[in-house]
Amino acid sequence: MQTGSVQADAVRRAWRAALSVVVATSAYGLSFGALSIAAGLDLWQTMVLSALMFSGGSQFAFIGVMAAGGGIAGVASAAMLGLRNALYGMSMRRVVAPRGAMIPVAAHVTIDESTAVALAQPEARAQRVGFWVTGVGIWLGWNAATLAGAMLGDLLGDPKQWGLDAAAAAAFVGLLWPRLRARQAIAVAAASAVVAAALLPVLPAGLPVIAAAAIGVVVGLSNWLGPTTTEGP
Amino acid sequence: MTTWHLLLLASIAVLGIKLLGYAVPPRLFDRPRPRRTLELLTVSLLAGLVAVQMLGGADGIVLDARIPAVAVAAGLFAVRAPFIVAVAGAAATAALLRQLAGLP
Repeated sequence: MQTGSVQADAVRRAWRAALSVVVATSAYGLSFGALSIAAGLDLWQTMVLSALMFSGGSQFAFIGVMAAGGGIAGVASAAMLGLRNALYGMSMRRVVAPRGAMIPVAAHVTIDESTAVALAQPEARAQRVGFWVTGVGIWLGWNAATLAGAMLGDLLGDPKQWGLDAAAAAAFVGLLWPRLRARQAIAVAAASAVVAAALLPVLPAGLPVIAAAAIGVVVGLSNWLGPTTTEGP
Repeated sequence: MTTWHLLLLASIAVLGIKLLGYAVPPRLFDRPRPRRTLELLTVSLLAGLVAVQMLGGADGIVLDARIPAVAVAAGLFAVRAPFIVAVAGAAATAALLRQLAGLP
């Protein structure tokens, strides 16, 4: 009886945590929708990205490269940014234990937020509730907000006049910020930004970012903690 | 390739990678080194994208109102402002600097 009510309590808390994350995350689907239109994609293309790709970082990366006139580099950036979702899938497989047709559904809603909310819950049932409510809730909210943002973006005209180009840069700052706790991550971020900026005038659109990604891979594999400032150009 | 081709290819790739997480044996990546490498790969891609979105332009690097706008966003993220507030703050900063101060 007591364990039952403790469990029900944990499940209620999981619902609350999930719903607050759903509201906060869905809201920035608005900025994605508007930025995608500003990047030159049409309404349908924008909606397909949110419905099918459904991974904020990859979506912003893809439209960023498209806006700059890059082609296949946009695909590569989106895919590389999506690699972390495979890692989330490995831990969510144990938490969620989906079967049959539910496996692709679970995989589709496996993103930063659903994984984080699930892992923050104290027991198995609450973890599953956290995962599904966050994942499915964000999918619905994110797509609705994308549609609203895209329609708004259609009305805005010149994106620079509204500072939408700066909003795109700020969106990446927001995705990066929570990952900058350790010194190693901060060093990698600084070096990557410098390298990408230095290569901007030299390489075609999309490639400076991919070149900078090598820094993360090299430091990750070698676990080099020393100053990475020597990585500069 | 058209935009449609590219976006379907990218979407299928991202979706396929998610499915991969449910298919491969957890032992394969569930160790410190691959975990750390994937995390730092994400960090360096995002940092590179910040630089490119903030500075990129027709002729390589363009310095304009995006720089103070990103500084405002970073400040807002530092005080734990919600994502949408910080992004809107950056847009408003750039828009106002262009309107009122004539920045490019």
